[in-house]
Amino acid sequence: MTETNWSKQLLETFVDAGVTLFPYVPDAGNKRLIEHVNEKNGITSVLLTTEEEGIAVAAGADLVGGKAVVCMQSSGVGNIPNFLSFVKGGRFPVLMMVTMRGDYGEENPWQYPMGQAVEPILTAMGVQVMKVDSLEELMPAARAALSAVFVAGTSVALVLTQRFLGAKKF
Amino acid sequence: MAQITLDRREVLAKIFPDPDSYLFISGLAGSSRDAAGLTKDGAHLYSMAGAMGAAASTGLGVAMAAADRKVAVITGDGELLMNVGSLATIATIGPGNLSIVCIDNGCHGETGGQTGHTSNRTDLAMMAKGAGISSIMTVATASDLEAVAGFLAETPGPHFVLVKVKDGPPTVYRRNLDLAECRIRFRNGFQQSSPA
Repeated sequence: MTETNWSKQLLETFVDAGVTLFPYVPDAGNKRLIEHVNEKNGITSVLLTTEEEGIAVAAGADLVGGKAVVCMQSSGVGNIPNFLSFVKGGRFPVLMMVTMRGDYGEENPWQYPMGQAVEPILTAMGVQVMKVDSLEELMPAARAALSAVFVAGTSVALVLTQRFLGAKKF
Repeated sequence: MAQITLDRREVLAKIFPDPDSYLFISGLAGSSRDAAGLTKDGAHLYSMAGAMGAAASTGLGVAMAAADRKVAVITGDGELLMNVGSLATIATIGPGNLSIVCIDNGCHGETGGQTGHTSNRTDLAMMAKGAGISSIMTVATASDLEAVAGFLAETPGPHFVLVKVKDGPPTVYRRNLDLAECRIRFRNGFQQSSPA
């Protein structure tokens, strides 16, 4: 399956679960997904200046029954921990889609420190990490994440690794 | 600049003569105390005591997901500067139902009154204008304050209102700080107040 195809299928799964808002900081890994959001009626992308804004947008939407998926690169996880205190303390159901840098096959040394800290940071702030290493894992993980967030009321990061996404060449 | 005379404790009641018609999100510290005083810590207020910088973006999420309701963010100069990029995000989305009121006391009142940037050279109304917010007003006098409710009613949103106030204590109001309980309270209140 091509990137366009999986992004589209993933988006349909989010939309079927009632997600209408897609706050994002642009990343190569979420480019197609956001393009599909912008082509579709009834759902909206929200371009952010920093990932922490997206956490608050998602929490705000929840206060009035709305649903969001916050899309960010792994570097962005480093920008959100204090806002996750809002999520953890308030038991807000928040779903993130994190596209990895600084893991399998990375050639840019700047990416490793934050990439390797993604899971411990999210875990420390009470966000469950669901990793996707292959295309076969993607849709089952997405459905599991949607259930854990919008049915069970927990917060989850769906983490798309570089085993799945591939690594950028330098 | 002229001498600042406004007392923050008297500001919100003038701006929102009918507070029950709004959903309120308020940022940490003084802003939330003033907002709790205005709403009697009602179900239509979600007030913060942490996550500094989150109020404006939370208000954006509320405004987007409840497009038929009026939403007001009550924030302070320090809180807004910590996430000032949110003004650009709000301008791009352009929610007509969102109003941001920044109570600018020029200092960090909650932590000991340390001087803030807006006491020096920074003007948050100009930053909001630069971000592209539609309707902006700076309030520095009692007569300016009388005009804000009309400004909110008559100009297109999103609105940004910068209220220059004296350094001084916020409203004394004991509010619920349990953030999970307040989430449920707000959600239930919203459901009950929305037509089925």
